[in-house]
Amino acid sequence: MPSPTTEATASAAHAVDQVRRGIGVSPGFGVGPVVQVAPPVRPPVQEPAAADPAAAAETVRAALDAVAADLDDRASRAEAEAAQVLGAGAMIARDKELFKAIVGSLEAGSGPATAIDQAVETFAERFTAIGGYFAERVADLRDVGARAIAIVLGEPMPGVPALTEPSILVAHDLAPAETASLDRAMVAGIVTQAGGRTSHTAILAAQYGIPAAVQVADASAIAPATRVAVDGSSGQVWIDPSDEVVTEARERLEKRAELLASTSGPGSTADGHAVKLLANIGGPADAEAAAVLDLEGVGLFRTEFVFLTATSAPTREEQAAIYRRVFAPFGSRRVVVRTLDAGADKPLAFADLGEEENPALGRRGLRLSQALPELLDTQLQAIADAAQATEADVWVMAPMVATADEAAWFASRVAEAGLPMAGVMIEIPAAAINSHHVLAEVGFGSLGTNDLAQYTMGADRMQGELSDLLDPWQPAVLGMVAQASDGARENDRPLGVCGESAGDPALALVLAGLGVTSLSMAPGKVAAVRASLALHTVAECKALASVALSARTAKDARELVVAHASPELAALL
Amino acid sequence: MTTRTYTIASSVGLHARPAALFTQAAAETGVEVTIGRPGEEPVDASSILGVMGLGAKNGEQVELTADGDGAEAALDKLGTLLETDLDA
Repeated sequence: MPSPTTEATASAAHAVDQVRRGIGVSPGFGVGPVVQVAPPVRPPVQEPAAADPAAAAETVRAALDAVAADLDDRASRAEAEAAQVLGAGAMIARDKELFKAIVGSLEAGSGPATAIDQAVETFAERFTAIGGYFAERVADLRDVGARAIAIVLGEPMPGVPALTEPSILVAHDLAPAETASLDRAMVAGIVTQAGGRTSHTAILAAQYGIPAAVQVADASAIAPATRVAVDGSSGQVWIDPSDEVVTEARERLEKRAELLASTSGPGSTADGHAVKLLANIGGPADAEAAAVLDLEGVGLFRTEFVFLTATSAPTREEQAAIYRRVFAPFGSRRVVVRTLDAGADKPLAFADLGEEENPALGRRGLRLSQALPELLDTQLQAIADAAQATEADVWVMAPMVATADEAAWFASRVAEAGLPMAGVMIEIPAAAINSHHVLAEVGFGSLGTNDLAQYTMGADRMQGELSDLLDPWQPAVLGMVAQASDGARENDRPLGVCGESAGDPALALVLAGLGVTSLSMAPGKVAAVRASLALHTVAECKALASVALSARTAKDARELVVAHASPELAALL
Repeated sequence: MTTRTYTIASSVGLHARPAALFTQAAAETGVEVTIGRPGEEPVDASSILGVMGLGAKNGEQVELTADGDGAEAALDKLGTLLETDLDA
């Protein structure tokens, strides 16, 4: 039977040197001319002093004004969140103290580009030292500096240029602010040289439904305007593809559309075994966008955003107002809220436990909540208030739980707040191995496969080069899922998956076969997973699960599953 | 030249939201106003970078200085802001 791998090999034979394989992070097929996203411009090394500092100051002032006007203009056309980021940048460009520092640098004998850079770095250092909210503004500040430097030097503007036709964006890496403010109708695909499976660019692209591949070798060297095709599931990138390649991929897309249209409603296997299909969301805007889709609720509502930009702990009333806006759009559907997941890598201005050698293994998630219980109690009370005020079926779960005692502690806090359903994330191998005890203490479990892979494989999620180790198809990671599932079955508890792996139509079959009862993913992925489940019986899912579990490598596991699954699955990948 | 001393009332100090509100108000007065700790080099009161960099904390004293037409009214307005908890 044809598998995507053999098809791809046949196409590649036409133009071997024009196909590159990266990692697919957002499915779909896009074709269009390349638009290179320029990297930030640096001032020239040993830039000569400005001959006339006063004239140079005027040049810099004009450049900063142009940057501010451009950012204001973009903000007026952007959506709320992106508009705020862009507006803050415009304010910085007009800042008098920034300009004063630049003039000081010019008078001290620096060239104009160097003067801008020095002033920006002076403030950047100061803000990094203060930390928290200020440290986050450093990226905005540097972006303003890079733009002004580009104008002064007559170099191309950094960032995404205005697009006039659907294009493939190619970059070394894209900053989250850049991805967030993309004109989605004009971006046919994204290709980056850096980045990883769980980088912000990957997550945002998936949320927006833009096909994307990361870790594509020498992507930055592809000439602008070259026609390029990207397959966001296999990670393949064709440079100047033949019409056959494009036609074949288009046919696959048509077949895909046909399969997606053939199913709707609650998720289930071909023989009617229910697997709930849920969305991962991060705030009220996501909630509104996801709630109109055909899905059964939310399997992961990340609450970090409520806290990360605040300088003092948000009050119960402030939080409740936000949670109401998240719950309300879902009517009586389920919304699973994950309590605050912060740590030394995402420090909070008001709950900083100090620096840590290794934040991923430090006082984060539930451990932070145990150190500062009043923070958790306020959040739980606010969730309870919002649950009361809406119809939603609200469940709460704690991140970073390792032991049964921690699970019991969390459950008692949740009960005290008057919430009916407490659960835990299973993302530490200890919790998976010991799940029969851990899940006895709470009402449900939810596997966070991104962190579970990180801790099982001993590989940092933020390290793009380690993407292969972090592949959720790693048989050892699947083994952890199987162990967690045994514990859930023993205690008769629902067990969900809320990592990106839940959105892989092939892996979803394996997870269902392992006994997972709900899958939560980027909302754009739900339709393909629903179609995939509908093509297979629960017995077939179990057979595929045992094939994947006993595979030697992640690559073998995926290939074997795709080969043994329904031939129609290929169109969904 | 008018100089007046105020005490920062915002619980988080003159940071983030309070700093943004304060600098916006300073820009709207149309008067050149500076803010600083007594005896230290002041910064432009409409500069978000300058004001945030000042890092004035809750309960700290700062001086506002302005000159010319509208100076008194501008200081009245900005002083009231400083003595209000803007983070509430």
